[in-house]
Amino acid sequence: MANTLDLRGLSCPIPLIRTKDALAGTETISVVVDEPPAKENIIKFAKSQNFRVECSEANGEYTINISK
Amino acid sequence: MNWLIIVTGLVFGLGAVLLVKFGNPGNYGFCAACQLRDIAGALGIHSVATLQYARPEIIGFILGAFGLSRFSGEFRPRGGSNPVLRFILGMAMMIGALVFLGCPLRAILRVAGGDLNGLTALAGFIAGIGVGVVFLKRGFNLGRAHIYTGGMQITGYLAAAAALVLLIAVSMGAGFLNFSAKGPGSMHAPIIISLLAGLAAGALAGRTRMCLSGGFRDYMLIRDTTLLKIYGVMFLAALAGNLYFGFFKLGFENQPLAHTMHIWNFLGLFLTGLAATLAGGCPLRQMIMAGEGNTDAMFCVLGMLAGAGVAHNLNAAGSAAGVGINGQIAVVLGIAVISALGYVYREKLVPISKGV
Repeated sequence: MANTLDLRGLSCPIPLIRTKDALAGTETISVVVDEPPAKENIIKFAKSQNFRVECSEANGEYTINISK
Repeated sequence: MNWLIIVTGLVFGLGAVLLVKFGNPGNYGFCAACQLRDIAGALGIHSVATLQYARPEIIGFILGAFGLSRFSGEFRPRGGSNPVLRFILGMAMMIGALVFLGCPLRAILRVAGGDLNGLTALAGFIAGIGVGVVFLKRGFNLGRAHIYTGGMQITGYLAAAAALVLLIAVSMGAGFLNFSAKGPGSMHAPIIISLLAGLAAGALAGRTRMCLSGGFRDYMLIRDTTLLKIYGVMFLAALAGNLYFGFFKLGFENQPLAHTMHIWNFLGLFLTGLAATLAGGCPLRQMIMAGEGNTDAMFCVLGMLAGAGVAHNLNAAGSAAGVGINGQIAVVLGIAVISALGYVYREKLVPISKGV
């Protein structure tokens, strides 16, 4: 099971920085965000680093599973 | 390149030049700082008689972003992430921008009109963002915002409601608004043209997340150039428009609504870039987010209005004559205060569930 980072409600670009920092130490992580721009930035970054990305939405919150 | 990037750049670049053609002052088609300062004047927050007009471009930014977010389902009232600090960051952004005489967006539009002072200011803006990114990497954080539910959602509509009231008032020439009889505030395109340009620009800026501090920041952090491409297209479109209409005039001297005190152009937008990076977006982006229901961004815009009042009432804004001692003190003090806040406000986040 992957670590889950709660990044809801944080201003841009903090969710991206925290995700990037987390991925420096692990290859699998889940992040939860509630802002579409944060979701888009994280997915774009993870894909650019050749991670596999799955995103699901529930009640306006996005869970992004990132793995190698 | 994505078509949305091209369309957004064209609307901002050509729109800005056409607004000048229709009556706005030179290189003043769009400016998220100066035009908001004119609104501050219209509302009596400052009393410079030549800088008073409730610019429909700004009203359009907010209503365009509001309309598109309602339509797309992205309108979500939210807030609660240190609004007082965001107010102060907004004040700082405006004070810095008014020393330079323009927001970062106008800095690019000024360069597209041949005003090389814009380059000095953009260098300062990028340096300010660089310092802001250092604070962000150290853990700068103003805390979490929360999605509003139930009756609290009404606060998310306040920015759009205020913009609508202002639109009706400026359209009717309402007595509670000031209207400049001469000077830059008296120069403007017809209301309907300014409004339509603002609405289109606001909707597109919301859709593309357009933000200049965000553009440079994303490049510094992850080498992403998406947002910068919008400004690249905007620059080329404005440059072409300025050349076509004969507005282009290359040099530092005698540029419209500009001065040549290079160090203060640099430091002015340095302060704006630093504050914008800590606030999560440039002046334009704050207005767009306010329209989308973000009350923290609304506080930042209110801070910008207050900053316009402080800058002009204390004689700290720049002018064609340059930047006086009050403006120089305000910028240095602003950089010191915002840097101190950037250093102090940190929050350590921990995983909500630890993997096994």
